[in-house]
Amino acid sequence: MSAHILTVDDSASIRLTTKIALTGAGYQVTEAVDGLDGLNKAKAGTFDMIVTDLNMPNMNGLAMIEALRSSPAHTGIPIIFLTTESDAEMKSRAKAAGATGWITKPFDPEQLVKIAKKVLGK
Amino acid sequence: MTTLDPIQVFRTEAAELFEQIEGGLLDLLHDLSNQDQIDAVFRGLHTLKGSGAMFGFEALAAFTHHCETAFDRVRKGEVSASAELVACVLAAQDHMKALVDRPNGDNAEEGDRLLAELQAAVGGQGGSGTVVTPPLAANAPVAADTAATTWKLSFRLPSNAMANGTNPLGLLDELRELGTCEIRADLSKVPGLNQIEPADLYVSWQVTLTTYQPRSAIDDVFIFVMDEMELQIEQQSSTAPIAGVKAPDTPAAPAAEKAVMEPQARAEASTPAVAEAKNGKAAENVRVPAERLDELMDRVGELVIAQSRLSQLAGSSVDIQLRAVSEDVERLSGELRDTMMVLRMVPVTQLFSRFRRLVHDLARETGKMIELEFEGETTEVDKTVIERLADPLVHLVRNSIDHGLELPDERIAAGKDRSGRVLLSARQSGGEVIITIKDDGRGINRERVRAKAEASGLVQPGQQLMDQELLQLIFQPGFSTAAQVTNLSGRGVGMDVVKKTVEALRGVIDIRSEPGKGSEISLRIPLTLAIIDGLLVRVGSGNYVIPLSAVEECLELSLEEDLRSRGRSFISLRDSLVPYLRLRDLFRTGTAPDPYQKVVVISTGDERIGLVVDQIIGDHQTVIKSMSKLHHDVVTFSGATILGDGSVALILDVIHLINVGQQQEAQLRAAG
Repeated sequence: MSAHILTVDDSASIRLTTKIALTGAGYQVTEAVDGLDGLNKAKAGTFDMIVTDLNMPNMNGLAMIEALRSSPAHTGIPIIFLTTESDAEMKSRAKAAGATGWITKPFDPEQLVKIAKKVLGK
Repeated sequence: MTTLDPIQVFRTEAAELFEQIEGGLLDLLHDLSNQDQIDAVFRGLHTLKGSGAMFGFEALAAFTHHCETAFDRVRKGEVSASAELVACVLAAQDHMKALVDRPNGDNAEEGDRLLAELQAAVGGQGGSGTVVTPPLAANAPVAADTAATTWKLSFRLPSNAMANGTNPLGLLDELRELGTCEIRADLSKVPGLNQIEPADLYVSWQVTLTTYQPRSAIDDVFIFVMDEMELQIEQQSSTAPIAGVKAPDTPAAPAAEKAVMEPQARAEASTPAVAEAKNGKAAENVRVPAERLDELMDRVGELVIAQSRLSQLAGSSVDIQLRAVSEDVERLSGELRDTMMVLRMVPVTQLFSRFRRLVHDLARETGKMIELEFEGETTEVDKTVIERLADPLVHLVRNSIDHGLELPDERIAAGKDRSGRVLLSARQSGGEVIITIKDDGRGINRERVRAKAEASGLVQPGQQLMDQELLQLIFQPGFSTAAQVTNLSGRGVGMDVVKKTVEALRGVIDIRSEPGKGSEISLRIPLTLAIIDGLLVRVGSGNYVIPLSAVEECLELSLEEDLRSRGRSFISLRDSLVPYLRLRDLFRTGTAPDPYQKVVVISTGDERIGLVVDQIIGDHQTVIKSMSKLHHDVVTFSGATILGDGSVALILDVIHLINVGQQQEAQLRAAG
């Protein structure tokens, strides 16, 4: 059974690229279009990992991560955030909110797969 | 079967982002401190930059990055938004659009100029001309060292590491992949069972690692937890190759290549997996290329035709079961057609929203103050109608502003508000949508219209015209003067093109204008282009369809009345004379008139005529097929349809027939 990854991004092109990369590496992917959608889908399903953008409408990535971490059922799920700024401040805020790791946009699809493998284990 | 191309998706997305940015900016003009709008604009720029860089639109990413940086100062409240700033960002946005369309276009100078303006508007430092795109984050696999090194690691992860998704065992696995490891766990900090927090981490580790990889490879293992963890790494020794650690076959490069190639090859091998991944858990919205919808529509049309043949067959059969099936198919195909129609409908907001920018630009250009208002934006119309209406509406709105609205001082003098009002509204009425452009400007000057029409030979001097006829003159080809054409150049259509486009959509234009109070132009357009409700009639031996939306009423024309009226061709209908056309004569059927001829009165807004037919067969929902290329000069018919028995019926072009009727009337008037 391949790992199931939830990707949360308001950008359809980034979602598509992410999906192509991850499904190409054999993962199962579900998409969400913003933080709120991501939170709802994360709560409704079972995921092995979440990849999320930070700057999104309706609910931003930080708020989504905080909301997920406050629920015992989502403790321990790896959450990787995408960020355009390699901005240290954003990184530490996301980490403080409970994120596991990050990937800096623009990213190589391979790099995303590498990180997925790293976080999910082999 | 087309597969989704990320770059294509990006372009579509960019178009949406531009709408979001533009909409936000224009809303901002009404309330310069609206933080929600500022955030929305910033978010749009931010996403555009990020996605642009992902898909190789580097010039776009770089340019947008600078705009974003400038706009960030507004977001952070360092600078307050102003009308100039909004205008600068709007101009910059146009440049971004150009960069999406032509990523390699040679317009860097324009970009620099816009950035300089923008930076001036936010009071920042001068724009740095050249801009560095954030490079793709380094993905170089670590080059292998030639000799193995032994490291002694000691690390303790933050206690919430596991809760936050880091799996310590995964980290240890990664270390093992680097070389031979000797791992010892330090359990000294593990509390008693009653004090244990299940998600917390109490263990720390000491690892002795012998590897060919450089130190940075070890750092990479801990990259995500580096800042919060305790980590000590000490180099023990460099040694010769040791057992258990496989030395790279050849140094550096090939190993690196392999690491890069492998995932790529795998990705290529399994792209079909993308399609498989749509196992019903996808998002609620699905994007479908428009032409697929058109194809589907075509098929549904064919199905409706086939179904009506089936109904006819079943109707003449005594087989009860066949009849039952036929009825089911009829119901289902009707439902399918209705569903299909709804799929093609989009709200007119899409059409209206682009006018906000146009009006903003025109206001700056003309020095007029304009308030643009919308009504009924949620009204839904067929996608094709929306697309085709865009240009004519742009022209009409420009016209309202150019010619209709007065300058602020003029308005004050006339006792009006300083700012002019343009209202764009849409509403559904039966099978039609009515789109109205209304302004409260000076109205249409009838004397000038007449003078211009006489000068260009459209009407004879002194010719009597009804008010509506006079106003409709502005839609005549050749009415617009050269000055107007220049003024509106770039958009490229004149009022006559507006009328043609609307008529091609089987619509009509009504125009109303009150001097000093304003003008109102209404477009009445059928909701959909593909299927119409028609009235099926017989003329001679042929069947014809008259669009039901144009039919006002049907009357009987008795033989005596027909004979009596010969030469006059008018019927009196509730105190008004309505000219009529004998379709039998028009189509030269050469048949004798049916003893009970009927007159179908059709109208387009204010003009109406009667059509004399032999028989009214009934209403008929019709799938329109366009005429072949060979028949594109035929003006009397707008299309054709296939009837239940497989025969073809032509669809009458109502607008053309009304014109013919009106001309006939004018000739008779001139003669009489």
